[in-house]
Amino acid sequence: MNLPIESLNLTDPVNVSRRRFLAGTAVGALVLGFGLPLGSGRALAAAAATERGTQVPAFLEIRPDNTVRLLSPFMEGGQGTHTAMAQIVGEELDADPATFLVEAAPPGEAYVVLDNGMRITGGSMSVRLSYPTMRRLGALARAMMLQAGAEKLGVPVGELTTEPGKVVHAASGRTLTYGELAERAMDLPVPDPASVKLRDPSQFRWIGKPVKRVDAYDKSTGKALYSIDLKVDNMLHAAVQHAPRLGMTVGSLRNEEQVKAMKGVHSVHQLPGAVAVVAERWWHAKRAVEAIQVDWLEAGADSRLRSMPADFSSDAYVKRLAAEKGPARDAENEGDVAATLASAKTTLQATYHNQYLNHGQLEPPSALARFNPDGSLEVWLPNQAPDMFRADIAKRTGLDPARITLHSPLLGGFFGRHFLYESANPYPQAIALAKAVGRPVKLIWSREEEFVRDALRPIAAVNFRAALDSDGMPLAIEAVSATEGPTEALAGKQGEKIDPTALEGLAGKSYAIPNKRIAQIYVKGPAMLGYWRSVGNSLNDFFYEAFLDEIADKGGKDPYELRLHLLRDNPRLTTLLQAVGELSGGWKRGPFTAEDGSKRARGVAMASPFGTQTAVIAEVSIEHGQVKVHDIWQAIDPGSIVNPAIVQAQVSGAVALGLSQVLVEEAVYVDGKPRARNYDLYPILPPSRMARVHVRIVESGEKMGGIGEPPLPAVAPAVANAVARLTGQRIRSMPLSRYTFT
Amino acid sequence: MELRINQKTYQVDADADTPLLWVIRDDLGMTGTKYGCGLAQCGACSVLVDGNVVRSCVTPVAGVVGREVTTIEAIETDDVGKRVVATWVEHQVAQCGYCQSGQVMAATALLKNNPKPSNEQIEAAMVNLCRCGTYNAIQAAVHDLAGLSATKGEA
Repeated sequence: MNLPIESLNLTDPVNVSRRRFLAGTAVGALVLGFGLPLGSGRALAAAAATERGTQVPAFLEIRPDNTVRLLSPFMEGGQGTHTAMAQIVGEELDADPATFLVEAAPPGEAYVVLDNGMRITGGSMSVRLSYPTMRRLGALARAMMLQAGAEKLGVPVGELTTEPGKVVHAASGRTLTYGELAERAMDLPVPDPASVKLRDPSQFRWIGKPVKRVDAYDKSTGKALYSIDLKVDNMLHAAVQHAPRLGMTVGSLRNEEQVKAMKGVHSVHQLPGAVAVVAERWWHAKRAVEAIQVDWLEAGADSRLRSMPADFSSDAYVKRLAAEKGPARDAENEGDVAATLASAKTTLQATYHNQYLNHGQLEPPSALARFNPDGSLEVWLPNQAPDMFRADIAKRTGLDPARITLHSPLLGGFFGRHFLYESANPYPQAIALAKAVGRPVKLIWSREEEFVRDALRPIAAVNFRAALDSDGMPLAIEAVSATEGPTEALAGKQGEKIDPTALEGLAGKSYAIPNKRIAQIYVKGPAMLGYWRSVGNSLNDFFYEAFLDEIADKGGKDPYELRLHLLRDNPRLTTLLQAVGELSGGWKRGPFTAEDGSKRARGVAMASPFGTQTAVIAEVSIEHGQVKVHDIWQAIDPGSIVNPAIVQAQVSGAVALGLSQVLVEEAVYVDGKPRARNYDLYPILPPSRMARVHVRIVESGEKMGGIGEPPLPAVAPAVANAVARLTGQRIRSMPLSRYTFT
Repeated sequence: MELRINQKTYQVDADADTPLLWVIRDDLGMTGTKYGCGLAQCGACSVLVDGNVVRSCVTPVAGVVGREVTTIEAIETDDVGKRVVATWVEHQVAQCGYCQSGQVMAATALLKNNPKPSNEQIEAAMVNLCRCGTYNAIQAAVHDLAGLSATKGEA
């Protein structure tokens, strides 16, 4: 058996040489490139290094051809983080990002670089929370190149400088490429992290520039490899049939013998809450597993999983949430909301709700598991947090984490799908099957099996009340949300503090309203929940910003002017709101008649997600009874940025997902089952429903915020506000496809 | 059965009703063509059969015997395909990239059959789903290829 180098035990005290590593990856296996990090032997030996992101050889391999292989702490799922890391490290290392080959690093303490001590790709944290550390990493590597150059040329290090990819001795005109120096440089001790000086931002060549993505060509030619594409020698394929409702278990298989006799079938297996077929080809496995007639048993009282009841209806559940009376816990409580509401002449109230959503990433989940002859385990799987996944695999298998090698390929869509969700990941099944058959197994969940196990975007019903003064200005606002946050869902219970992911977007608003109360009624629901791009903001900004327009209407105010007024003491947000107004050609609410004769109106909304500020204006008309969104103008202030082209792309993509949730998308449960198991009944935004997107990036210089998620939340309320203006119908739920407009 | 894929002849031992997608991916080991839905909903599995775009996840392999199949692996051997790829890179279309093989195949099929499509023809042809929402970049790239200047895309 051809054992690639990846199977080496990470704890073996071997010094893995670069040459051996290269020889290992030169073998043409498809798993090529997801290997043991170069220099991890050295990095482990240098365990004394304690500051984050300073174990240079664990991150960087510079090849003789000057290619820089960077093992990134973060997962690439489309958001451009691999490119951003190449820009940030390349800037300080003095190497063109175009010469970088970026891959996801394996688990390990060396790769924990975030300020908060976590290794998670999520929360739009990657760039903003690792920026100084990753710059310093590049600078440390540059210092090592200089030192190696000084030794090789026999000159004082002070006489040397660098140009992209090389060390230069100006006095003698001699140069050495990084590729020539790397072997020597990476054996040097890492300098004191405090000793390196970072580049002056005014001298940046790549940070802040629209540098091309490092993965654009491979992703345009089918060469990019995702988990679903990988294979290893002697591998079998597997498919599963999940219990129709989570928590149910396998009773008996009525036709197991017939299924075993089907073409290509290797074996039939019973797993927790699923049956599986292993076959030589995935198509055979899928066809056979779907033919199994299973008698499913109701969940036992001792089930560790959240059990989906047979009578669950998502529509009925929303009504129940809206009627929930408490008790509630306050996230924000300022002034005296109750007294203000009681004494105000003008008050209003409204109830909003949203819908469950699937992640709908186009790559169906998969996992490839292989037990090596020495008993160690390798798993290739989509994930956002390799150390957490490895710890979970260790717990499930009883293996020492050091005997588990975890590979993190490119993600075919991100959106929060690849977190550690109990019951929503295929790797436990793949590992069990590989163990059972004694061969490597790649398990792919069909789209149908994915949609029945995906962890859903949470739902909430929010009861709002507001009080206005005699001038029509808001004096008080109250939002009480009956909901369960995704973090609460993962924990299975309410924490000591309120789950911020439950209320973000209701809480954290900047409008100067003197009396406010934002509270949560915790209601544990029957559906398994997860993080969905922009998380709590994806629903809560819709609620709040739409209700704020209702307040404006009630007080006879223009919603744009009202926002400006409520933000009058906040220069950053005032600038942003003015920027989006300007970008749209000047705020006009309408209705007005467009050049094509259609009647249109515009809506505005704002959001403050993940350290970034956003403002959106949407223009809509009605076509065949449905909402058509023509234009989205978005001004976004993430403080400062690394790549304007990627920011622009992320805004455009987040707008698409925001439009998808407000226009067409919902996961509906009837009798405990999802009505849709594929895109035929679960529509996601098609190209024909996309809007033009206009972006203005405002760099206020404030603390750097996120980019992947922040452009999403203000889209839905801007659209709903425009629709309300145009049609006179205030819709207090998503998606709008549930309504017909005239 | 005998298949012609990317100008090569392959002998394949598969049931007649096996979807072409799985023969390409599992039997022939070409993984650029993607599985997304299995129901001809998303278009990630798009390939060309005699120059026309086809969703391989619902195309029985027996149906392409005697025909010429082109997958993303051979896209750059075609002059139009090569231009499409270069324009995709120029416009930085891809985000996660999972749907882009299918998008590139769809664009190539359109432009091979009609080098100067109108905006309406582009909209009718470019219907594959993209969850990252790269639609405007796709449209800008195809407009560029079609020699149309006005695009729906970014300002």
